[in-house]
Amino acid sequence: MRASLLALRAIVIRDVLRFVHQRSRFVAALVRPLIWLVVFAAGFRGAFGPLTPPPHVTPISYEMYILPGLCGMILLFNGMQSALSLVYDREMGSMRILLTSPLPRWWLLVCRLLSSTAISLLQVYAFLLVAMVFGIHIPLAGYVSALPAVFLAGLMLGAFGLAMSSSIHQLENFAGVMNFVIFPTFFLSSALYPLAQMGESSALLLALCELNPFTHAVELIRFAFAGHVNWPALAWILATGAVFLGITFRQYTPVRSLR
Amino acid sequence: MTGLSVRNLSYAYGAKPALNDISFNVEPGVFCALIGPNGAGKSTLFALLTRLITSRTGTIEIAGHDLGSHPEKALGKIGIVFQQPSLDLDLTVWRNLSYFAGLHGLSGQAAEASIKSALDRLDMAERTHERVRNLNGGHRRRLEIARALVHSPTVLLLDEPSVGLDAAARRAITEHAHDLCKTHGMTVLWATHLTDEISADDQVVILHKGQVLRNCPCHELTRDKPLQEAFLELTDQGT
Repeated sequence: MRASLLALRAIVIRDVLRFVHQRSRFVAALVRPLIWLVVFAAGFRGAFGPLTPPPHVTPISYEMYILPGLCGMILLFNGMQSALSLVYDREMGSMRILLTSPLPRWWLLVCRLLSSTAISLLQVYAFLLVAMVFGIHIPLAGYVSALPAVFLAGLMLGAFGLAMSSSIHQLENFAGVMNFVIFPTFFLSSALYPLAQMGESSALLLALCELNPFTHAVELIRFAFAGHVNWPALAWILATGAVFLGITFRQYTPVRSLR
Repeated sequence: MTGLSVRNLSYAYGAKPALNDISFNVEPGVFCALIGPNGAGKSTLFALLTRLITSRTGTIEIAGHDLGSHPEKALGKIGIVFQQPSLDLDLTVWRNLSYFAGLHGLSGQAAEASIKSALDRLDMAERTHERVRNLNGGHRRRLEIARALVHSPTVLLLDEPSVGLDAAARRAITEHAHDLCKTHGMTVLWATHLTDEISADDQVVILHKGQVLRNCPCHELTRDKPLQEAFLELTDQGT
């Protein structure tokens, strides 16, 4: 037990140090959602009119509407970034050092997941702080009640990244992931617009949005900001997170010869 | 207790066999050179010994622990230097080693003492706070050997550790590995292409086409000819 926790601590310290050394990654993680919040929201504010998404009962501004989605965006990008980091580690050889440690492999992968989620949390709260400076803030209690929601959503999206990493064999393939995974996942969700509006255009797109675990991550955070729990979203996140983690464990099992 | 024991080990990539029923032992305090031409199966054997891959056929015992049934115990006894560099270039020497110590359940003063001792042993103490990116190839290799020693393993596996090093650096790490056998009773398995890294008293395992072609002391192979020549003849590469 002690050895397992020491390994977790070692992995978290290493990943945080690597993150700190990559200042551009931290800046990008902040600037990307800020551009959406300040520029994109300014352009689209008028297009949507007043929005009253659950659990709200009175209309909220468009900036407030997309705030949970942008937190989700940070988690999604960071999940993919940690997948990229894992592919990099595999190509550079340092993954071997991790996998040959005297600990169960599933635990080593969970450690990587927890450490990438810890970094996601840092980024989300740094973004919320900057958003506050721009005058976009939620009730103070919302920052506290959102913590478990952001953490769970981060775990699920981190597990998604880990599952992806096991099928990406070269760093060059990561550009494809950006185009074919991150953007569809983000746009086929309730991050930027209510799903009802998507439903008016296409029933198929609406169904895809409703199935998308990222939609549920965004809604879990939206409810948590207002001090509520979205139970169906929570259940969906736990279920999909478990599936992604199961895929990861399976893919990282030592390759066994049939002979 | 045997340092390293491989029994009836086979492995295949799909239908293509890579190792075919190989067996050998390496006793504590013995430097065993594993030599073989490209494609002989050395890398596959290292991947099996470090449990990056597993086989249904055969057994591997490390310091008395079966790698198949007690992988954590067995892996805790081995120090590994992979052929491919595996250091974090942006972290310092110390951070690289403390990360590794943490993975092996060491912390606090115990980790600090082990790291200092490993760095001293490899004459790397003055580099402690340098970033690995700033080290030359020889120092990086020495650091990888120091890292492999942090948790005081009893078996050391090195997969072509001298690749890319100049003659002086190559000689230094080869001598150090021999010294670890003599002074610490460590079991060393050293994969190499370079026969000048092998001493007369070393055990030699020649791997060829996935099979053990010879397993004997080096001096038995070099009675009437240099090791390089004997190796080329045995593996049909001499002409």
